[in-house]
Amino acid sequence: MFKLTINGSVREVEAEPDTPLLWVIREQVGLTGTKYGCGIAQCGACTVHIDGQAVRSCSLPVSSVSAEQKIVTIEGLSPDRSHPVQKAWAALDVPQCGFCQSGMIMASAALLAQNPKPSEQEIRQEITNICRCGTYNRVLAGIKLAAEGGEAGRG
Amino acid sequence: MTTPRPALSRRGFLAGSAVAAGAFSLGFHVPLDAEAAPGAPEINAWVVVRPDDTVVIRIARSEMGQGTLTGLAQLVAEELACDWSKVTTEYPTPGQNLARNRVWGDFSTGGSRGIRESYVAVRKGGAAARTMLVAAAAREWGVDPAGCRAEKSVITHPASGRSTTYGQVAALAATLEPPKDPPLKDPKDWTVAGQSVKRLDTLPKLDGSQVYGMDLTLDGMLNAAIRDCPVTGGKVRSFDAAAVSGMPGVRKVVQVGETGVAVIADTFWRAKTALDALPVVWDEGPNARVSSETIAAVLKEGLDAEEAFVGNKAGDVQAALRGAAKVVEATYAYPFQNHATMEPMNATARWTPERCEVWTPTQNGEAALAAAAEAAGLSPRQCEVYKIHLGGGFGRRGATHDWVRQAVLIAREMPGTPVKLIWTREEDMTHGRYHPVTQCRMRAALDEKGNLTGLQMRISGQSILAAIVPGRLGPDGKDPVTFQGLNPGGAEAAIGYTIPNLLIDHAMRNPHIIPGFWRGVNTNPNAIYLECFLDEVAHAAGQDPLAFRRKLMANHPKHLAVLNAAAERIGWDRKPPAGVHRGIAQIMGFGSYVAGAAEVSVAEDGKVKIHRIVAATDPGVAINPQQIEAQVEGSFVYGLSAALYGACTVKDGRIEQANFDTYPVMRLDDMPAVETVLVPSGGFIGGVGEPTIAVAAPAVLNAIFAATGKRVRQIPLKNADLRRA
Ligand code: FES
Ligand code: FES
Repeated sequence: MFKLTINGSVREVEAEPDTPLLWVIREQVGLTGTKYGCGIAQCGACTVHIDGQAVRSCSLPVSSVSAEQKIVTIEGLSPDRSHPVQKAWAALDVPQCGFCQSGMIMASAALLAQNPKPSEQEIRQEITNICRCGTYNRVLAGIKLAAEGGEAGRG
Repeated sequence: MTTPRPALSRRGFLAGSAVAAGAFSLGFHVPLDAEAAPGAPEINAWVVVRPDDTVVIRIARSEMGQGTLTGLAQLVAEELACDWSKVTTEYPTPGQNLARNRVWGDFSTGGSRGIRESYVAVRKGGAAARTMLVAAAAREWGVDPAGCRAEKSVITHPASGRSTTYGQVAALAATLEPPKDPPLKDPKDWTVAGQSVKRLDTLPKLDGSQVYGMDLTLDGMLNAAIRDCPVTGGKVRSFDAAAVSGMPGVRKVVQVGETGVAVIADTFWRAKTALDALPVVWDEGPNARVSSETIAAVLKEGLDAEEAFVGNKAGDVQAALRGAAKVVEATYAYPFQNHATMEPMNATARWTPERCEVWTPTQNGEAALAAAAEAAGLSPRQCEVYKIHLGGGFGRRGATHDWVRQAVLIAREMPGTPVKLIWTREEDMTHGRYHPVTQCRMRAALDEKGNLTGLQMRISGQSILAAIVPGRLGPDGKDPVTFQGLNPGGAEAAIGYTIPNLLIDHAMRNPHIIPGFWRGVNTNPNAIYLECFLDEVAHAAGQDPLAFRRKLMANHPKHLAVLNAAAERIGWDRKPPAGVHRGIAQIMGFGSYVAGAAEVSVAEDGKVKIHRIVAATDPGVAINPQQIEAQVEGSFVYGLSAALYGACTVKDGRIEQANFDTYPVMRLDDMPAVETVLVPSGGFIGGVGEPTIAVAAPAVLNAIFAATGKRVRQIPLKNADLRRA
């Protein structure tokens, strides 16, 4: 039995200690916005925030997360898609199939929390998630738009 | 905030997704029998108008990210003259299509056909519905329909000053006779179609509420993980179920057909964990010694073979080569590549002796239904497929439905219980339907003045049709898809050059690795072979590659127009920045004309940087320019990923690459600036999801030659040594 704090509420889950946090979130907690894409920390589809840091949850055993640590998933990023990154994504129609986008948005939000005005070079270095549909340039534009603040609400 | 796991019944699930999606109901929906209930009349197969004026537009093709759902809805809405802000969409099911004599036509979504092959049918559907709604209002008012106008879901009769809305007359309209052949608007009068409207399906992709196949939950559902024989052609010899049946959550260990084993458990992770621990002995069959080297040797033999299928022929190329002042020759090759959709293959199935239902992301619902019925041992009328938004398709989820077959076979072991099968990334990487492998020998004849007098192109290698849809081969066994972009004419994929002596043929050589339609299909290798080689020939003739091509293109004005547009945008006649070099390429595919031009630099250590890439596209008509731009950008990512990194190799009969660590793909840091030039010339409609892919690699490879003097004749570039000597 593990206790996790996810999106502000405490959840008790039954799982083997080596179960990746990703699968606990998806299967025990039932939050399926966090995606499985590779299982080996390569693609970033499973990105969540733990105490504000972007973490690839497929490669983190549930036993290594304590009840005090705050886990935020895409469902908990904002109550109404009002996070600046979500607003920028809506303004620019960033997603194509959308399967990578939970991870893209969570990685981008964590980047902006740490570095509110990243340079293009920093964005290129920090956002290493895979998007097979090829939304990279809109992701780049979306992060820049979100970093500009108020602009994100337009469109 | 937490979202409780939705517990969804069979029907409840379908409605539940719409609730989760908030403002938009997308992807799947309450089945049509419920939709057609009193109060929400179906005007015709394409259009339902609810009393609150919401317009439900039915979409037969699949949405996999390419924007087809929005584009098709725009076309219907344009003719319907409805209020775009009140439009929502739903997928009819393949079973309903079957029951209604295929009223929605073809569900297949591949070959960039999603919009272009529905272009007339869906507009007629919208126009017919508008005519019926107007006729209903006119009848209620006792006036001539010709005196009424419809705009933004409001019908007015100016002469009497009366007005009503679609929702108010929909019930009557639904009872009227549909018009036979309603006239369509001229695209120049469009106000919704042709515009860069926002996609209809964006919002649920921003907060995790979009349900993909992998996210599906049904009451009492179990999960399965599968391992299929790593060598195609091999099968299961034995497995030791007892070794894992006591592991947490495990319900059953089953053989799947002759070739696979699966573990069914309460959760996917437990199923996978037990599967990893399951001892399996394989009979690897006749292909267990095949390697990339043995395959390459078979293809190489085909380069000189006597017999080949002829795809395009003019004059006498042998005579031209014999009489040439100069002959240029080069051999190219193209590897296997995996689609690597972001969402691995998955399907949920529930089977009873009387009925089988499948929920799956598919590019072709009807083919999925056929695969399900066959595996279920039932007739298609006893089966149903519920399509779910795809986490990428790229051709993998279209022609073959191997994962649907597996899911149904697994569900048969648990009658009445829904079972969700998810492939691991490793299973997905090693059991793909790979980009076909080919080699190509090119020979060109030049006269003393450097004119191209003859071109010989021998393709040797795999046929997609022979492997997965042999019924579409020509009567002589020829695979016409092999010649995409090289055909003598036609509206689909014609060559853009007139060469007096020409021979393009195909020695079919089929290794055991199963090929598939891989976004761009055979335009990808064909564009590299033709466009890189013409670049070589131009240099051998001492001519500018653009000028050299133009001389061959006088009879191909549309090909030439996009080539010129790309050249102009990249600034071909001006010097590039210091250290930057350019390449250019063009092809026709999927009914559209495309050209690409790239600016590239190569560092001392051989590292390639693509600074900028331009695409010029003539798709005839543009339905949604901002989505075409998104498709062009996405196509470049797909094509550049292939060019830079994409290769699956074979050892001991199996694919060696199992995940993104060994099968790298392009990421944000590799991404160049992309510029899209749209030059729709009107009068036809081509696809936009694929053709641009093909020009990415040759434009970059030609630029790399300009930068280094080195010809890379086999992608991926990661294997090429571009260090300065
Ligand atoms: S699923 Fe975790 S990084 Fe890919
Ligand atoms: S939007 Fe499809 S993988 Fe990124």
